[in-house]
Amino acid sequence: MAIKDRARDIIGKEVDGVLAFRPEGGSHVPHLFNADDIDQMAGEYPAGERYPVSSIVRRLQAARPGVRLAVVVRGCDERALIELEKQGQVDMEHLVLLGLACDGELAGTCGCAQPYPSEVVQGEKVEGGLDLGMVEKLEGLPPGERLDYWLSRFAACVKCFGCRNVCPLCYCKECALDEPGLVDHGEQPPLLPVFHLIRAVDMAGRCVDCGLCEEACPIGIPLRTLYRKVGEVVESHFEYRPGRSPDKKSPLSVLGTEEDVT
Amino acid sequence: MSDYRTVPTICPYCGTGCGMLLEVFGGELTGVLPWKGHPVSDGKLCIKGWTSHEFVGSPGRLASPIIRRGDAAGEVSTDEAIGLVAGELKRVVDEHGPDSVGFICSAKCTNEENYLVGKLARAVVGTNNIDHCARL
Repeated sequence: MAIKDRARDIIGKEVDGVLAFRPEGGSHVPHLFNADDIDQMAGEYPAGERYPVSSIVRRLQAARPGVRLAVVVRGCDERALIELEKQGQVDMEHLVLLGLACDGELAGTCGCAQPYPSEVVQGEKVEGGLDLGMVEKLEGLPPGERLDYWLSRFAACVKCFGCRNVCPLCYCKECALDEPGLVDHGEQPPLLPVFHLIRAVDMAGRCVDCGLCEEACPIGIPLRTLYRKVGEVVESHFEYRPGRSPDKKSPLSVLGTEEDVT
Repeated sequence: MSDYRTVPTICPYCGTGCGMLLEVFGGELTGVLPWKGHPVSDGKLCIKGWTSHEFVGSPGRLASPIIRRGDAAGEVSTDEAIGLVAGELKRVVDEHGPDSVGFICSAKCTNEENYLVGKLARAVVGTNNIDHCARL
């Protein structure tokens, strides 16, 4: 069954709105459909047109608690929603997931661990496998060269904040990157490597490896490689991969109270 | 229910012409997303694009032209403002020649508007004194 058929079946019954994509000027852009305009929903989901739909769901639910929504999700979108729910940011009970499996080409170039959601409505499941090739390549370099590599990448930063703005897990009302004591306003490139390490640390126990940050980066900093390494560190210490098991909390969200650490 | 839609457009800030989506949420402009697959910007924006929705509802925006006379500045109609500019330009050009004035275009205008400023300077006033804010 196609996602569009499923959306037509449930609109106005199980759900009040479907967050999907609208064909627009040869591309497909995010749109919340209702029963009146559901026929305009796109039926195809090109690999190059991924958007942070979980962030949009978070904002829609915050504006209207209890609203019944359906949303088209890839594997990464589902992981983001699972992680957001654990952090109290979305309500999965009132959400219907319309699962989309990434095709083999996207799964191959994207390199995430699971390029499909738990229930697939459209597309053929292709098994993934976390691509740590770049992480391993960099770890093979002598420490000095590795440091030079990262510093040269960070030095090219134009401080657009796109990595943070597009990140599904960046929902904080106050962001350390906006704090003048940490990141000087008007300084470019930002103080090295503080800016990028603030984000890297914030991604620990959060990053679901969707790769939207790297896609949004105008100068191509290999952010995904950095956050994959962070994810590997968290997994090796806490056996936790963000967005995977819904019943286990992120270690960094339970550490901090005396009760938990003693 | 709260509606959410995105409106494809071009970043208003500079001449690069990056594609972006305005996020309209509950009838209000709330944010910007990079337009994926756009031939110019390929799903990327700089900080100006990412924040370009912020000025739209700013209380600091001019709602009408303002003319300063002496120490007093007051709001006037667009017709009155254009009338004053045209009259003064004509007076200066008549008294001192076309090269006594210059025109500065803006990256925030459309390509077509910038073309028209070029026409106005060269064909109407008769000067090549024309430049662009990106050079300031």
